[in-house]
Amino acid sequence: MVETVRIYLLLAGTWMRSAAQYPASMAMLLVTQAVTTSLDLLAILIMFAHTPRLGGFSLPEVMFLYGSAGVAVSVADIVLGTVERLGEHIRQGTLDTLLLRPVSPLVQIATEDFNPRRMGKLVPTGTVLVLALTRIDTTWTPSRVLTVPLMLAGGIGIFCALWVLSAAWQFAVVDGKQAGNSITYGGAYLTQYPLSVFGREALRGLTWVLPLAFVNWEPALYVLGRPDPLGLPLVFRFASPLVAVVLSAVAALAWRTGLRHYRSTGS
Amino acid sequence: MRLYAWIAAYAFRRYSTYRVAALSAAFTNTIFGFIRAGVLIALWHSRPSLGGYDVTDAVTFSFLTQALIEPVRIFGGSLDLTERIRTGDIAIDLHRPADLQGWWLADDIGRSGFALLSRGTIPLLGGSLVFSLRWPAPAGWAAFAGAVLLALLVSFGLRYLVSLVVFWLHDDRGIHGISLVTSMFFSGLIVPLVVFPGRLGTVAHLLPWAALIQLPADVFLGKRTDLLHVYAFQAGWAVALIAAGRLLTMTARRRLVVNGG
Repeated sequence: MVETVRIYLLLAGTWMRSAAQYPASMAMLLVTQAVTTSLDLLAILIMFAHTPRLGGFSLPEVMFLYGSAGVAVSVADIVLGTVERLGEHIRQGTLDTLLLRPVSPLVQIATEDFNPRRMGKLVPTGTVLVLALTRIDTTWTPSRVLTVPLMLAGGIGIFCALWVLSAAWQFAVVDGKQAGNSITYGGAYLTQYPLSVFGREALRGLTWVLPLAFVNWEPALYVLGRPDPLGLPLVFRFASPLVAVVLSAVAALAWRTGLRHYRSTGS
Repeated sequence: MRLYAWIAAYAFRRYSTYRVAALSAAFTNTIFGFIRAGVLIALWHSRPSLGGYDVTDAVTFSFLTQALIEPVRIFGGSLDLTERIRTGDIAIDLHRPADLQGWWLADDIGRSGFALLSRGTIPLLGGSLVFSLRWPAPAGWAAFAGAVLLALLVSFGLRYLVSLVVFWLHDDRGIHGISLVTSMFFSGLIVPLVVFPGRLGTVAHLLPWAALIQLPADVFLGKRTDLLHVYAFQAGWAVALIAAGRLLTMTARRRLVVNGG
Protein backbone atom coordinates (compact mmCIF):
# COMPACT_ATOMS: atom_id res chain seq x y z
CA MET A 1 0.00 0.00 0.00
CA VAL A 2 2.74 2.44 1.02
CA GLU A 3 4.70 1.38 -2.04
CA THR A 4 1.67 1.99 -4.29
CA VAL A 5 1.27 5.51 -2.89
CA ARG A 6 4.98 6.19 -3.34
CA ILE A 7 4.87 5.10 -6.98
CA TYR A 8 1.66 7.06 -7.55
CA LEU A 9 3.29 10.24 -6.26
CA LEU A 10 6.43 9.59 -8.26
CA LEU A 11 4.51 9.15 -11.52
CA ALA A 12 2.19 12.09 -10.81
CA GLY A 13 5.23 14.27 -10.08
CA THR A 14 6.86 13.27 -13.34
CA TRP A 15 3.75 14.21 -15.33
CA MET A 16 3.59 17.51 -13.42
CA ARG A 17 7.15 18.32 -14.42
CA SER A 18 6.28 17.65 -18.04
CA ALA A 19 3.17 19.86 -17.85
CA ALA A 20 5.20 22.66 -16.25
CA GLN A 21 7.21 23.00 -19.47
CA TYR A 22 4.25 24.92 -20.90
CA PRO A 23 3.34 27.33 -18.09
CA ALA A 24 1.02 29.59 -20.13
CA SER A 25 -1.00 26.69 -21.40
CA MET A 26 -1.09 25.20 -17.91
CA ALA A 27 -2.47 28.40 -16.38
CA MET A 28 -5.07 28.79 -19.12
CA LEU A 29 -6.26 25.22 -18.65
CA LEU A 30 -6.49 25.70 -14.89
CA VAL A 31 -8.63 28.79 -15.33
CA THR A 32 -10.94 27.33 -17.99
CA GLN A 33 -11.43 24.22 -15.85
CA ALA A 34 -12.39 26.38 -12.88
CA VAL A 35 -14.78 28.45 -15.01
CA THR A 36 -16.44 25.39 -16.55
CA THR A 37 -17.03 23.98 -13.09
CA SER A 38 -18.49 27.30 -11.94
CA LEU A 39 -21.15 27.22 -14.66
CA ASP A 40 -23.21 24.81 -12.57
CA LEU A 41 -22.96 27.26 -9.70
CA LEU A 42 -24.09 30.07 -11.98
CA ALA A 43 -27.08 27.93 -12.96
CA ILE A 44 -28.01 27.55 -9.30
CA LEU A 45 -27.70 31.30 -8.74
CA ILE A 46 -29.88 32.05 -11.77
CA MET A 47 -32.54 29.68 -10.51
CA PHE A 48 -32.48 31.26 -7.08
CA ALA A 49 -32.95 34.67 -8.70
CA HIS A 50 -36.49 33.47 -9.40
CA THR A 51 -37.32 31.54 -6.25
CA PRO A 52 -36.24 31.73 -2.60
CA ARG A 53 -36.38 27.93 -2.27
CA LEU A 54 -35.70 25.00 -4.58
CA GLY A 55 -37.51 21.82 -3.55
CA GLY A 56 -37.86 23.36 -0.07
CA PHE A 57 -34.14 24.12 0.29
CA SER A 58 -32.66 27.62 0.68
CA LEU A 59 -29.73 28.98 -1.33
CA PRO A 60 -27.09 28.40 1.42
CA GLU A 61 -28.36 24.85 1.82
CA VAL A 62 -28.11 24.10 -1.90
CA MET A 63 -24.65 25.75 -1.89
CA PHE A 64 -23.69 23.36 0.89
CA LEU A 65 -24.79 20.40 -1.26
CA TYR A 66 -23.06 21.87 -4.34
CA GLY A 67 -19.84 22.45 -2.40
CA SER A 68 -19.73 19.09 -0.66
CA ALA A 69 -20.54 17.14 -3.82
CA GLY A 70 -18.12 19.28 -5.80
CA VAL A 71 -15.21 18.76 -3.42
CA ALA A 72 -15.82 14.99 -3.35
CA VAL A 73 -15.95 14.79 -7.15
CA SER A 74 -12.94 17.06 -7.64
CA VAL A 75 -10.70 15.09 -5.29
CA ALA A 76 -11.76 11.78 -6.85
CA ASP A 77 -11.19 13.29 -10.30
CA ILE A 78 -7.73 14.52 -9.30
CA VAL A 79 -6.77 11.13 -7.88
CA LEU A 80 -8.04 8.87 -10.64
CA GLY A 81 -10.29 10.67 -13.12
CA THR A 82 -8.17 9.56 -16.07
CA VAL A 83 -8.99 5.87 -15.54
CA GLU A 84 -11.96 6.54 -17.80
CA ARG A 85 -9.47 6.47 -20.68
CA LEU A 86 -9.17 2.71 -20.34
CA GLY A 87 -11.25 2.06 -23.47
CA GLU A 88 -8.87 4.17 -25.58
CA HIS A 89 -5.90 2.22 -24.24
CA ILE A 90 -7.60 -1.05 -25.09
CA ARG A 91 -8.53 0.10 -28.60
CA GLN A 92 -5.08 1.43 -29.38
CA GLY A 93 -3.32 -1.53 -27.83
CA THR A 94 -1.41 0.67 -25.39
CA LEU A 95 -2.82 -1.19 -22.40
CA ASP A 96 -0.48 -4.03 -23.32
CA THR A 97 2.49 -1.71 -22.81
CA LEU A 98 1.19 -0.72 -19.40
CA LEU A 99 0.80 -4.37 -18.43
CA LEU A 100 4.45 -5.06 -19.20
CA ARG A 101 5.63 -2.57 -16.59
CA PRO A 102 6.02 -3.65 -12.97
CA VAL A 103 3.45 -1.12 -11.71
CA SER A 104 -0.30 -1.54 -11.35
CA PRO A 105 -2.00 -0.48 -14.61
CA LEU A 106 -4.61 1.35 -12.53
CA VAL A 107 -1.92 3.59 -11.02
CA GLN A 108 -0.35 4.14 -14.42
CA ILE A 109 -3.61 5.26 -16.04
CA ALA A 110 -4.66 7.29 -13.01
CA THR A 111 -1.47 9.34 -13.03
CA GLU A 112 -1.43 9.73 -16.80
CA ASP A 113 -1.27 13.34 -17.91
CA PHE A 114 -1.39 14.44 -14.27
CA ASN A 115 -1.26 18.20 -14.17
CA PRO A 116 -2.40 21.15 -12.08
CA ARG A 117 -5.39 21.62 -14.36
CA ARG A 118 -7.09 18.93 -12.33
CA MET A 119 -7.04 21.30 -9.34
CA GLY A 120 -9.20 23.71 -11.36
CA LYS A 121 -12.36 22.02 -10.15
CA LEU A 122 -11.34 22.06 -6.51
CA VAL A 123 -10.87 25.82 -6.23
CA PRO A 124 -14.45 26.99 -6.91
CA THR A 125 -16.13 24.03 -5.22
CA GLY A 126 -13.93 24.29 -2.12
CA THR A 127 -14.56 28.02 -1.85
CA VAL A 128 -18.32 27.51 -2.10
CA LEU A 129 -18.23 24.79 0.54
CA VAL A 130 -16.40 27.03 3.01
CA LEU A 131 -18.78 29.92 2.28
CA ALA A 132 -21.83 27.69 2.64
CA LEU A 133 -20.58 26.32 5.97
CA THR A 134 -20.55 29.85 7.37
CA ARG A 135 -23.98 30.70 5.95
CA ILE A 136 -26.18 27.70 6.67
CA ASP A 137 -28.71 28.14 9.42
CA THR A 138 -28.00 25.30 11.83
CA THR A 139 -26.88 24.80 15.43
CA TRP A 140 -23.31 23.55 15.28
CA THR A 141 -23.09 20.69 17.79
CA PRO A 142 -19.83 18.66 17.97
CA SER A 143 -21.49 15.72 16.21
CA ARG A 144 -22.65 17.94 13.35
CA VAL A 145 -19.16 19.42 12.97
CA LEU A 146 -17.68 15.91 12.88
CA THR A 147 -20.20 14.77 10.26
CA VAL A 148 -18.73 17.19 7.70
CA PRO A 149 -15.28 15.54 7.34
CA LEU A 150 -16.96 12.14 7.56
CA MET A 151 -19.20 13.15 4.67
CA LEU A 152 -16.31 14.41 2.55
CA ALA A 153 -14.26 11.26 3.15
CA GLY A 154 -17.23 9.07 2.26
CA GLY A 155 -18.07 11.16 -0.81
CA ILE A 156 -14.50 11.02 -2.11
CA GLY A 157 -14.42 7.25 -1.58
CA ILE A 158 -17.74 6.74 -3.36
CA PHE A 159 -16.71 8.78 -6.40
CA CYS A 160 -13.32 7.02 -6.59
CA ALA A 161 -15.17 3.70 -6.62
CA LEU A 162 -17.60 4.95 -9.29
CA TRP A 163 -14.72 6.04 -11.52
CA VAL A 164 -13.06 2.65 -11.26
CA LEU A 165 -16.41 0.95 -11.94
CA SER A 166 -16.99 3.09 -15.03
CA ALA A 167 -13.49 2.12 -16.22
CA ALA A 168 -13.97 -1.58 -15.45
CA TRP A 169 -17.17 -1.52 -17.53
CA GLN A 170 -15.02 -0.63 -20.56
CA PHE A 171 -13.28 -4.01 -20.30
CA ALA A 172 -16.69 -5.42 -21.31
CA VAL A 173 -17.75 -2.67 -23.72
CA VAL A 174 -14.67 -0.99 -25.18
CA ASP A 175 -16.65 1.88 -26.72
CA GLY A 176 -18.78 2.35 -23.62
CA LYS A 177 -16.90 5.25 -22.03
CA GLN A 178 -19.75 7.70 -22.48
CA ALA A 179 -22.29 5.40 -20.83
CA GLY A 180 -19.92 5.21 -17.86
CA ASN A 181 -20.08 8.99 -17.67
CA SER A 182 -23.71 8.72 -16.64
CA ILE A 183 -22.68 7.47 -13.20
CA THR A 184 -19.57 9.61 -12.73
CA TYR A 185 -20.49 12.98 -14.29
CA GLY A 186 -24.20 12.24 -13.93
CA GLY A 187 -23.67 11.48 -10.25
CA ALA A 188 -21.57 14.62 -9.86
CA TYR A 189 -24.33 16.73 -11.35
CA LEU A 190 -27.15 15.03 -9.46
CA THR A 191 -25.63 15.35 -6.00
CA GLN A 192 -25.37 19.15 -6.32
CA TYR A 193 -29.11 19.34 -5.73
CA PRO A 194 -31.38 18.17 -2.90
CA LEU A 195 -32.14 14.61 -3.99
CA SER A 196 -35.75 15.01 -2.88
CA VAL A 197 -36.46 17.09 -6.01
CA PHE A 198 -36.15 13.94 -8.10
CA GLY A 199 -39.06 12.21 -6.36
CA ARG A 200 -39.35 9.35 -3.90
CA GLU A 201 -38.80 6.56 -6.43
CA ALA A 202 -35.53 8.08 -7.62
CA LEU A 203 -34.52 8.70 -4.01
CA ARG A 204 -35.03 5.01 -3.19
CA GLY A 205 -32.95 4.00 -6.20
CA LEU A 206 -30.21 6.44 -5.23
CA THR A 207 -30.11 4.97 -1.73
CA TRP A 208 -30.35 1.24 -2.35
CA VAL A 209 -29.18 0.65 -5.94
CA LEU A 210 -26.67 3.36 -6.84
CA PRO A 211 -25.84 4.78 -3.40
CA LEU A 212 -25.27 8.41 -4.45
CA ALA A 213 -27.45 9.51 -1.53
CA PHE A 214 -24.47 8.81 0.74
CA VAL A 215 -22.15 11.23 -1.09
CA ASN A 216 -23.72 14.17 0.73
CA TRP A 217 -27.51 13.92 0.94
CA GLU A 218 -27.83 11.68 4.00
CA PRO A 219 -25.08 13.37 6.07
CA ALA A 220 -26.28 16.80 4.95
CA LEU A 221 -29.76 16.07 6.29
CA TYR A 222 -28.15 15.55 9.68
CA VAL A 223 -25.98 18.65 9.49
CA LEU A 224 -28.94 20.78 8.41
CA GLY A 225 -31.21 19.22 11.02
CA ARG A 226 -33.79 18.07 8.49
CA PRO A 227 -35.95 14.94 8.57
CA ASP A 228 -35.29 12.19 6.02
CA PRO A 229 -38.10 12.12 3.42
CA LEU A 230 -37.78 8.33 3.28
CA GLY A 231 -37.81 8.05 7.09
CA LEU A 232 -34.58 6.03 7.20
CA PRO A 233 -33.04 5.38 10.64
CA LEU A 234 -30.53 7.89 12.05
CA VAL A 235 -27.58 5.56 11.49
CA PHE A 236 -27.90 6.11 7.71
CA ARG A 237 -26.73 9.73 8.14
CA PHE A 238 -23.31 8.46 9.23
CA ALA A 239 -23.04 5.49 6.86
CA SER A 240 -21.12 7.30 4.06
CA PRO A 241 -17.63 5.91 4.88
CA LEU A 242 -19.03 2.39 5.20
CA VAL A 243 -20.84 2.69 1.86
CA ALA A 244 -17.60 3.98 0.33
CA VAL A 245 -15.69 0.92 1.60
CA VAL A 246 -18.30 -1.54 0.29
CA LEU A 247 -18.52 0.20 -3.08
CA SER A 248 -14.72 0.29 -3.36
CA ALA A 249 -14.61 -3.45 -2.74
CA VAL A 250 -17.16 -3.97 -5.52
CA ALA A 251 -15.16 -1.69 -7.83
CA ALA A 252 -11.89 -3.50 -7.04
CA LEU A 253 -13.55 -6.83 -7.77
CA ALA A 254 -14.95 -5.53 -11.07
CA TRP A 255 -11.57 -4.10 -12.10
CA ARG A 256 -9.72 -7.31 -11.29
CA THR A 257 -12.27 -9.46 -13.07
CA GLY A 258 -12.02 -7.24 -16.12
CA LEU A 259 -8.25 -7.28 -16.11
CA ARG A 260 -8.10 -11.05 -15.68
CA HIS A 261 -10.37 -11.62 -18.67
CA TYR A 262 -8.66 -9.02 -20.82
CA ARG A 263 -7.27 -10.31 -24.07
CA SER A 264 -5.30 -7.96 -26.21
CA THR A 265 -7.07 -6.59 -29.27
CA GLY A 266 -4.83 -8.86 -31.30
CA SER A 267 -3.84 -8.17 -34.85
CA MET B 1 -21.66 19.82 -56.12
CA ARG B 2 -21.52 16.05 -56.55
CA LEU B 3 -18.16 16.01 -54.86
CA TYR B 4 -19.59 17.61 -51.71
CA ALA B 5 -22.50 15.16 -51.70
CA TRP B 6 -19.96 12.33 -51.75
CA ILE B 7 -17.98 13.88 -48.89
CA ALA B 8 -21.15 14.20 -46.82
CA ALA B 9 -22.18 10.62 -47.60
CA TYR B 10 -18.76 9.27 -46.63
CA ALA B 11 -18.72 11.31 -43.43
CA PHE B 12 -22.10 9.84 -42.55
CA ARG B 13 -20.70 6.34 -43.12
CA ARG B 14 -17.53 7.04 -41.20
CA TYR B 15 -19.40 8.28 -38.15
CA SER B 16 -21.99 5.52 -38.31
CA THR B 17 -19.20 2.95 -37.81
CA TYR B 18 -19.07 3.72 -34.11
CA ARG B 19 -22.56 2.62 -33.21
CA VAL B 20 -21.85 1.30 -29.73
CA ALA B 21 -20.14 4.55 -28.78
CA ALA B 22 -23.08 6.56 -30.14
CA LEU B 23 -25.55 4.37 -28.28
CA SER B 24 -23.66 4.65 -25.02
CA ALA B 25 -23.43 8.43 -25.37
CA ALA B 26 -27.15 8.65 -26.17
CA PHE B 27 -27.82 6.66 -23.01
CA THR B 28 -25.91 9.22 -20.94
CA ASN B 29 -27.71 12.10 -22.72
CA THR B 30 -30.99 10.49 -21.70
CA ILE B 31 -29.90 10.14 -18.05
CA PHE B 32 -28.84 13.80 -18.01
CA GLY B 33 -32.22 14.67 -19.54
CA PHE B 34 -33.92 13.08 -16.55
CA ILE B 35 -31.66 14.81 -14.01
CA ARG B 36 -32.11 18.25 -15.60
CA ALA B 37 -35.84 17.66 -15.91
CA GLY B 38 -35.96 16.88 -12.18
CA VAL B 39 -34.23 20.14 -11.31
CA LEU B 40 -36.37 22.22 -13.67
CA ILE B 41 -39.57 20.61 -12.35
CA ALA B 42 -38.57 21.81 -8.87
CA LEU B 43 -37.98 25.33 -10.22
CA TRP B 44 -41.26 25.45 -12.18
CA HIS B 45 -43.05 24.04 -9.17
CA SER B 46 -42.37 27.28 -7.31
CA ARG B 47 -42.69 29.51 -10.43
CA PRO B 48 -45.33 27.78 -12.61
CA SER B 49 -45.14 30.05 -15.68
CA LEU B 50 -41.53 31.23 -15.49
CA GLY B 51 -40.24 32.64 -18.78
CA GLY B 52 -43.47 31.77 -20.58
CA TYR B 53 -42.83 28.04 -20.16
CA ASP B 54 -45.00 25.64 -18.16
CA VAL B 55 -43.72 22.46 -16.49
CA THR B 56 -44.30 20.33 -19.61
CA ASP B 57 -42.34 22.83 -21.71
CA ALA B 58 -39.48 22.78 -19.22
CA VAL B 59 -39.35 18.98 -19.13
CA THR B 60 -39.51 18.74 -22.93
CA PHE B 61 -36.76 21.38 -23.12
CA SER B 62 -34.50 19.22 -20.92
CA PHE B 63 -34.70 16.25 -23.25
CA LEU B 64 -34.56 18.39 -26.36
CA THR B 65 -31.29 20.02 -25.30
CA GLN B 66 -29.80 16.59 -24.68
CA ALA B 67 -30.97 15.47 -28.11
CA LEU B 68 -29.34 18.48 -29.79
CA ILE B 69 -26.01 18.43 -27.90
CA GLU B 70 -24.24 16.23 -30.44
CA PRO B 71 -25.88 17.40 -33.70
CA VAL B 72 -24.85 21.02 -32.93
CA ARG B 73 -21.76 19.84 -31.01
CA ILE B 74 -22.04 21.93 -27.86
CA PHE B 75 -19.00 20.13 -26.42
CA GLY B 76 -17.28 19.92 -29.81
CA GLY B 77 -15.09 23.02 -29.84
CA SER B 78 -13.65 22.56 -33.32
CA LEU B 79 -13.51 20.29 -36.35
CA ASP B 80 -11.05 17.48 -37.07
CA LEU B 81 -9.49 20.15 -39.24
CA THR B 82 -7.66 21.48 -36.15
CA GLU B 83 -5.49 18.39 -35.99
CA ARG B 84 -4.69 18.63 -39.70
CA ILE B 85 -3.58 22.25 -39.32
CA ARG B 86 -1.35 21.35 -36.39
CA THR B 87 0.29 18.41 -38.12
CA GLY B 88 0.70 20.28 -41.41
CA ASP B 89 -1.58 17.89 -43.34
CA ILE B 90 -3.55 21.02 -44.16
CA ALA B 91 -1.05 21.65 -46.97
CA ILE B 92 -2.50 18.63 -48.81
CA ASP B 93 -6.07 19.84 -48.18
CA LEU B 94 -5.25 23.24 -49.63
CA HIS B 95 -3.98 21.62 -52.83
CA ARG B 96 -7.16 19.68 -53.40
CA PRO B 97 -9.38 20.90 -56.22
CA ALA B 98 -12.12 21.63 -53.71
CA ASP B 99 -12.97 24.52 -51.46
CA LEU B 100 -11.56 23.98 -47.96
CA GLN B 101 -14.55 25.40 -46.14
CA GLY B 102 -17.02 23.63 -48.45
CA TRP B 103 -15.21 20.34 -47.90
CA TRP B 104 -15.48 20.58 -44.14
CA LEU B 105 -19.06 21.83 -44.25
CA ALA B 106 -20.03 18.79 -46.30
CA ASP B 107 -18.13 16.56 -43.87
CA ASP B 108 -19.91 18.16 -40.93
CA ILE B 109 -23.34 17.77 -42.52
CA GLY B 110 -22.69 14.05 -42.94
CA ARG B 111 -21.59 13.84 -39.32
CA SER B 112 -24.62 15.68 -38.00
CA GLY B 113 -26.92 13.53 -40.12
CA PHE B 114 -25.86 10.45 -38.22
CA ALA B 115 -25.84 12.36 -34.93
CA LEU B 116 -29.46 13.41 -35.46
CA LEU B 117 -30.50 9.83 -36.15
CA SER B 118 -28.70 8.29 -33.19
CA ARG B 119 -28.07 10.90 -30.52
CA GLY B 120 -31.03 13.07 -31.50
CA THR B 121 -33.77 10.50 -31.18
CA ILE B 122 -32.96 8.38 -28.13
CA PRO B 123 -33.14 11.08 -25.39
CA LEU B 124 -36.57 12.23 -26.63
CA LEU B 125 -37.87 8.66 -26.82
CA GLY B 126 -36.45 7.88 -23.37
CA GLY B 127 -38.00 10.99 -21.90
CA SER B 128 -41.39 10.26 -23.45
CA LEU B 129 -41.48 6.86 -21.72
CA VAL B 130 -41.67 8.58 -18.32
CA PHE B 131 -43.06 12.06 -18.97
CA SER B 132 -45.71 13.28 -21.35
CA LEU B 133 -43.71 15.66 -23.52
CA ARG B 134 -45.02 18.48 -25.70
CA TRP B 135 -44.86 17.32 -29.32
CA PRO B 136 -45.32 19.68 -32.25
CA ALA B 137 -47.99 19.28 -34.92
CA PRO B 138 -46.81 18.15 -38.42
CA ALA B 139 -46.32 21.77 -39.50
CA GLY B 140 -44.37 22.34 -36.28
CA TRP B 141 -42.05 19.46 -37.16
CA ALA B 142 -41.34 21.04 -40.53
CA ALA B 143 -40.63 24.39 -38.88
CA PHE B 144 -38.38 22.65 -36.35
CA ALA B 145 -36.47 20.85 -39.12
CA GLY B 146 -35.72 24.21 -40.71
CA ALA B 147 -34.51 25.67 -37.41
CA VAL B 148 -32.27 22.65 -36.77
CA LEU B 149 -30.74 22.87 -40.24
CA LEU B 150 -29.88 26.52 -39.68
CA ALA B 151 -28.57 25.67 -36.18
CA LEU B 152 -26.19 23.16 -37.79
CA LEU B 153 -24.87 25.88 -40.12
CA VAL B 154 -24.32 28.33 -37.25
CA SER B 155 -22.58 25.60 -35.26
CA PHE B 156 -20.33 24.81 -38.21
CA GLY B 157 -19.55 28.50 -38.71
CA LEU B 158 -18.45 28.83 -35.09
CA ARG B 159 -16.36 25.66 -35.01
CA TYR B 160 -14.66 26.40 -38.33
CA LEU B 161 -13.48 29.73 -36.91
CA VAL B 162 -12.18 28.04 -33.75
CA SER B 163 -10.31 25.51 -35.89
CA LEU B 164 -8.65 28.18 -37.99
CA VAL B 165 -7.31 29.92 -34.89
CA VAL B 166 -4.74 27.11 -34.72
CA PHE B 167 -2.97 28.73 -37.68
CA TRP B 168 -1.98 31.49 -35.25
CA LEU B 169 -2.00 29.78 -31.84
CA HIS B 170 -0.12 26.53 -31.69
CA ASP B 171 -1.78 25.39 -28.50
CA ASP B 172 -5.49 25.31 -29.15
CA ARG B 173 -6.60 24.06 -25.73
CA GLY B 174 -7.15 27.53 -24.31
CA ILE B 175 -9.43 28.65 -27.13
CA HIS B 176 -11.22 25.30 -26.89
CA GLY B 177 -11.90 25.94 -23.24
CA ILE B 178 -13.34 29.36 -23.98
CA SER B 179 -15.53 28.05 -26.80
CA LEU B 180 -16.77 25.24 -24.54
CA VAL B 181 -17.77 27.60 -21.74
CA THR B 182 -19.56 30.06 -24.03
CA SER B 183 -21.42 27.43 -26.00
CA MET B 184 -22.52 25.52 -22.89
CA PHE B 185 -23.77 28.62 -21.14
CA PHE B 186 -25.18 30.79 -23.94
CA SER B 187 -26.88 27.97 -25.84
CA GLY B 188 -29.29 27.38 -22.96
CA LEU B 189 -27.89 23.94 -22.16
CA ILE B 190 -27.18 24.74 -18.50
CA VAL B 191 -30.35 26.76 -17.90
CA PRO B 192 -32.90 27.75 -20.56
CA LEU B 193 -32.20 31.28 -21.83
CA VAL B 194 -35.81 32.25 -21.01
CA VAL B 195 -34.81 32.03 -17.32
CA PHE B 196 -31.79 34.35 -17.65
CA PRO B 197 -32.59 37.49 -15.69
CA GLY B 198 -32.81 41.02 -17.16
CA ARG B 199 -30.09 42.28 -19.44
CA LEU B 200 -28.19 39.00 -19.37
CA GLY B 201 -31.23 37.37 -20.96
CA THR B 202 -31.52 40.07 -23.63
CA VAL B 203 -27.85 39.80 -24.56
CA ALA B 204 -27.87 35.99 -24.52
CA HIS B 205 -30.79 35.96 -26.96
CA LEU B 206 -28.79 38.05 -29.45
CA LEU B 207 -25.63 35.94 -29.46
CA PRO B 208 -25.06 33.21 -32.07
CA TRP B 209 -25.24 30.43 -29.48
CA ALA B 210 -28.95 31.18 -28.99
CA ALA B 211 -29.43 29.85 -32.53
CA LEU B 212 -28.05 26.44 -31.54
CA ILE B 213 -30.53 25.12 -28.97
CA GLN B 214 -32.82 27.79 -27.55
CA LEU B 215 -34.39 28.88 -30.85
CA PRO B 216 -34.96 25.37 -32.28
CA ALA B 217 -36.45 24.41 -28.90
CA ASP B 218 -38.74 27.44 -28.92
CA VAL B 219 -39.93 26.49 -32.39
CA PHE B 220 -40.43 22.88 -31.27
CA LEU B 221 -42.50 23.99 -28.28
CA GLY B 222 -44.52 26.40 -30.40
CA LYS B 223 -43.29 29.43 -28.43
CA ARG B 224 -42.05 31.15 -31.55
CA THR B 225 -44.49 31.32 -34.43
CA ASP B 226 -42.75 34.27 -36.08
CA LEU B 227 -40.73 31.81 -38.11
CA LEU B 228 -39.40 34.41 -40.49
CA HIS B 229 -37.79 36.27 -37.63
CA VAL B 230 -36.28 33.10 -36.17
CA TYR B 231 -34.95 31.91 -39.50
CA ALA B 232 -33.62 35.37 -40.37
CA PHE B 233 -31.76 35.55 -37.06
CA GLN B 234 -30.23 32.10 -37.50
CA ALA B 235 -29.43 32.60 -41.18
CA GLY B 236 -27.92 36.00 -40.41
CA TRP B 237 -25.47 34.52 -37.96
CA ALA B 238 -24.75 31.55 -40.23
CA VAL B 239 -23.89 33.85 -43.15
CA ALA B 240 -21.82 36.19 -40.97
CA LEU B 241 -19.83 33.37 -39.38
CA ILE B 242 -19.26 31.47 -42.60
CA ALA B 243 -18.19 34.68 -44.36
CA ALA B 244 -15.77 35.41 -41.53
CA GLY B 245 -14.48 31.86 -41.98
CA ARG B 246 -13.86 32.51 -45.68
CA LEU B 247 -11.95 35.68 -44.94
CA LEU B 248 -9.87 33.99 -42.30
CA THR B 249 -9.14 31.08 -44.67
CA MET B 250 -7.72 33.52 -47.21
CA THR B 251 -5.51 35.16 -44.62
CA ALA B 252 -4.37 31.81 -43.28
CA ARG B 253 -3.49 30.59 -46.77
CA ARG B 254 -1.02 33.43 -47.10
CA ARG B 255 0.38 32.81 -43.68
CA LEU B 256 0.97 29.09 -43.96
CA VAL B 257 4.54 27.90 -44.07
CA VAL B 258 4.91 24.16 -44.21
CA ASN B 259 8.18 22.79 -42.96
CA GLY B 260 9.12 19.88 -45.14
CA GLY B 261 11.30 17.00 -44.10
